[in-house]
Amino acid sequence: MTALHLQTLTELKAGLEKGDFTSVELTTALLERIGSLGPDLNAFISVLGDNALAQAAAADAARAAGNAGVLCGLPIVHKDIFCMRDVLTTCGSRMLENFVAPYDATVVERLAEAGAVVLGKANMDEFAMGSSNETSYFGPVHNPWDHARSPGGSSGGSAAAVAARLSPAATATDTGGSIRQPAALTNTVGFKPTYGRVSRYGMIAFASSLDQAGIITRSAEDAALLLGVMSGFDERDSTSVDVPVPDYLAGLGGSLNGLRVGIVRQHFDAGLDEQCAAAVKAALAELEAAGATLTEVDLPNLDYCVPTYYVVAPAECSSNLSRFDGVRFGYRASEPKDLNDLYCRSRGEGFGAEVKRRIMTGTYVLSAGYYDAYYLKAQKVRQLITDDFQRAFESVDVIAGPTTPTPAFKLGDKTDDPITMYLNDIYTIGANLAGLPAMSTPCGMVDDLPVGLHLVGPHWAEGRLLQIAHQYQQLTDWHKQAPEAYT
Amino acid sequence: MSLDKDQVQHIAVLARLHLADDEFAETVQKLSRIVDFVDQLVAAPTDDVVPMAHPVNQAQRLRPDRVSEPNDREHLQQNAAETSDGLYLVPKVIE
Repeated sequence: MTALHLQTLTELKAGLEKGDFTSVELTTALLERIGSLGPDLNAFISVLGDNALAQAAAADAARAAGNAGVLCGLPIVHKDIFCMRDVLTTCGSRMLENFVAPYDATVVERLAEAGAVVLGKANMDEFAMGSSNETSYFGPVHNPWDHARSPGGSSGGSAAAVAARLSPAATATDTGGSIRQPAALTNTVGFKPTYGRVSRYGMIAFASSLDQAGIITRSAEDAALLLGVMSGFDERDSTSVDVPVPDYLAGLGGSLNGLRVGIVRQHFDAGLDEQCAAAVKAALAELEAAGATLTEVDLPNLDYCVPTYYVVAPAECSSNLSRFDGVRFGYRASEPKDLNDLYCRSRGEGFGAEVKRRIMTGTYVLSAGYYDAYYLKAQKVRQLITDDFQRAFESVDVIAGPTTPTPAFKLGDKTDDPITMYLNDIYTIGANLAGLPAMSTPCGMVDDLPVGLHLVGPHWAEGRLLQIAHQYQQLTDWHKQAPEAYT
Repeated sequence: MSLDKDQVQHIAVLARLHLADDEFAETVQKLSRIVDFVDQLVAAPTDDVVPMAHPVNQAQRLRPDRVSEPNDREHLQQNAAETSDGLYLVPKVIE
């Protein structure tokens, strides 16, 4: 039998069903692995050992009683942005260093109801603001492929945990690329659904019109399994959309014959590393050989994606994070001289530098005299960008390209200039602005560092993206490659 | 457009953020860089474009106005720095 930590979620599910091992055995094995290999990666903010073993024992009992849910006894990790009742939920911030969530996020609740076991809470950029995991109050996460490099962000802990085979899957969130970019940099599969597909209830808000929950796994099949459980209408999230959830697993079959793949010429311009470009082009050729047709599509406002995002996201962030006032929850400064001092110092001391920069940017673009020039203008450009995608999807089923401009960069390399860091999300941000489903799947290696293939589909086309990635994964084995120290 | 110290100070007041002296200088420099970067939006052709309201064009959903959450005050207040008799305590506001 393949070692338990090397098996995918789908394989583990089959093993549990056959009785090859119990959830307690599986959970124990992974907790031991997290204990020995986890600290060097700094992928976890909390490891929930006792909690996980209790859940595993309950799952084994449920299975014995004939009540096994879809994910009965299967271990996962939650990004520390998801509230979990009576469990520390920090969002990577000093502000919430001691915050014990009083309720479960819908994502946490649905996965628990299906029987999943939660191994721990994953490290992340503070309030999900960052592309390298270096803004976490709890220190950066190291990339399992090279500890000197970043695993990407903001879901860097989730991606590193899955890449290092510490957990077969992890929840994640994506506001501008925070699932897909770390997935690309760690050779994992990262899936961001359509805006409104998965409930945001209990997911600590960054930019509410862009945030979406998703998943990091080692295969498209595993992503399909989890998304089926996580997706669907939730009345507790006012932006949740009531669209039926198809059976994603049942839709994975079917050939790529006749698939219309759109290629955006600007994606392959000077900004893209040449070897990454070669890997992505090889993946496109693989799709073509499987029967897909490649067509060039034009996204004329593509260059405006990053600046638009860096108006809209900080604006929403400044509004959302105004709830942290040192009164009801979160960090409180000591010995405030008056109420205003309590607010200003609690926020000044509780938030890190990048979060403060974004709050400041957002406050500026929403302030009197600047609102029209920045925020309103950005929302207009956002409409143009969305229209571009809709026009493109009249002639293609999916847009494919690189997920990131380069493979994983060194920790510390991009921390001096915020714009250099922001441009790392140049290919992923468009999907958030337009609310589109998108994913990254492994498609090559450059100097022993992974490269991701980015797929973007029309609204609600999650099933199609999963099918394309699954079929691609039947033809290639990039997604099966693991960092040598973690096999 | 670069921001000057007075502007950054004003934004910090609006955002209720205390910035230490060394942090303040860095913020002036990096915030200016960000504002310069997003200024390129000026060139985007947006005449007659209606600002986007929702990524998938949903209208705001309404629900009946009835109590849906249980009263869980004691549990919720466990995360507060200072409470008394179910109230949140802050420094004295009125002398």
